[in-house]
Amino acid sequence: MSLDLDILTVRIPPQDNPECEFFWQSGADGKLRFKCCQDCGYFSHPPTPRCPKCLSAKMEPTAVSGKGTVLSFTVNVQQWVPGQAPYMIALVTIDEQPDLRLTALLVGVDLDSAPGDVIGSRVETRFLARDGIYYPTFVPEGFPA
Amino acid sequence: MISNPERLSFISGIGRSASGRRLGRTAMDLTLDAALQAIEDAGLKREDIDGVATYPGGDAIASRGMGGPSSVQVQDALRLNLNYLYGSGEGSAQLGSIIEATMAVASGLAKHVLVFRTVTEATMQGMQSRNPGQGMQVASGFMEFLAPFGAISATNWFAQVAQLHMHKYGTTREQLGQIALTCRTNAGANPLAVYRDPLTLDDYLNARMISTPLCLLDCDVPVDGSMAFIISHVDYAKDAPKIPVHFNAVGTAQYGRPSWDQYEDMTSMMAQGVGKQMWSRTDLKPADVDVAELYDGFSIITLAWIEALGFCAQGEGGAFIEGGQRIARTGELPINTHGGQLSEGRLHGFGHVYEAAVQLRGDAGERQIPNAEVIVAANGGGPIAGALLLTRGISN
Repeated sequence: MSLDLDILTVRIPPQDNPECEFFWQSGADGKLRFKCCQDCGYFSHPPTPRCPKCLSAKMEPTAVSGKGTVLSFTVNVQQWVPGQAPYMIALVTIDEQPDLRLTALLVGVDLDSAPGDVIGSRVETRFLARDGIYYPTFVPEGFPA
Repeated sequence: MISNPERLSFISGIGRSASGRRLGRTAMDLTLDAALQAIEDAGLKREDIDGVATYPGGDAIASRGMGGPSSVQVQDALRLNLNYLYGSGEGSAQLGSIIEATMAVASGLAKHVLVFRTVTEATMQGMQSRNPGQGMQVASGFMEFLAPFGAISATNWFAQVAQLHMHKYGTTREQLGQIALTCRTNAGANPLAVYRDPLTLDDYLNARMISTPLCLLDCDVPVDGSMAFIISHVDYAKDAPKIPVHFNAVGTAQYGRPSWDQYEDMTSMMAQGVGKQMWSRTDLKPADVDVAELYDGFSIITLAWIEALGFCAQGEGGAFIEGGQRIARTGELPINTHGGQLSEGRLHGFGHVYEAAVQLRGDAGERQIPNAEVIVAANGGGPIAGALLLTRGISN
């Protein structure tokens, strides 16, 4: 049985934003990308036209491993939309840089897990394609495809 | 030599409209009730008001009841001639409007500034939806990298702060629950509070989850209502009919990334910098504070403010509030003596300032903290923060 990444009854798409379009298209080849400074190597999220460290304008979408560690998480229980089942949101530190963080859904984890088993756990990125947008979604590292 | 410019101003008048669930009245209607009461309380006439400031400004319907009328709408409704006008959702949280008014007065731009904050969130939720994503076609601004991932509610964002605080420091739900319980106990002594029935720890632990580890009772209660203050120059203090509520120091700092999920230390908030800056502007110390009116949009925010303002060390907030004795009205640091937003209702920051003024004047009745002379009022959570250190009487 394949893992269902499409767990939101209503998914609000990102706005059209030239600065961020690469991010939402990045999953087309299965890779997660962030803007990275070509001069100092610093990744910036959310994307910015200049490097927030060295102010270089050479910011290029750059693929990362998509692997990371859960910094914190929550299980949303409230049905903001009627019928929505509980789901897990995680704040993940991406391996490439200690302050490179992404909030996204975390799927494939028991929602009743002890918090200590989720925080610090290893995850990787899958993508849910909907309406031309590739939503990065975290799953436990090595989770069956 | 004058010390902090904020010490050139004080709160001369306070006013509040009716507040409660779904009052069915317009934002302007509520605002004028509060404004006229504040002007009268200050011993002034409306012609004396030469400045208006508000948070966040804008339109109550477009903002889903989170904002009341704009400053210019109130100017027009009262036919005021103004030397100063301000309305913004940016700045030092809700308190930005008050702090701007203190600076307008200190710089001589205005003598008496009417500052108001109006919410009609209860009515608007009834008319529209409780879904924060309702009507949101696309995610933009700070929601651009939150809403597409289902993180549509502030509960989700603060839940991750609470979760990490619990994981890293061993803070428990039993400890966090003391914020809600303390607020409810205090609301029992506040006739204007929305929720006044006693609450037990079992009630708290059994309340339904909203976003783990935050349950319903960790979340404040949307209401309709308006509050207003008159910020006047200290020259007026000798003529003012009520005990002056003096600005001793303000905190406006923004250190670190202003983001719901990218702030460096996710067990804390932008409040850290505000606390440091506010204490750097005064000789008073945390130990001098008689009462702390700390923003409680969510219980975890209050805990973060207790730490950020130096009442205990970072990470020790859970132990500090354990059992609730320290933060009770009889404790060493009474908090949210009016019941906070968790039980009085979400008057969105201004309720904390209003209660600080009532306590400093000695007008809090059954819930009065004896000899309250120094009160800190803090607003905002996550990347939003501002703080006021207020004293009873002018004390330059």
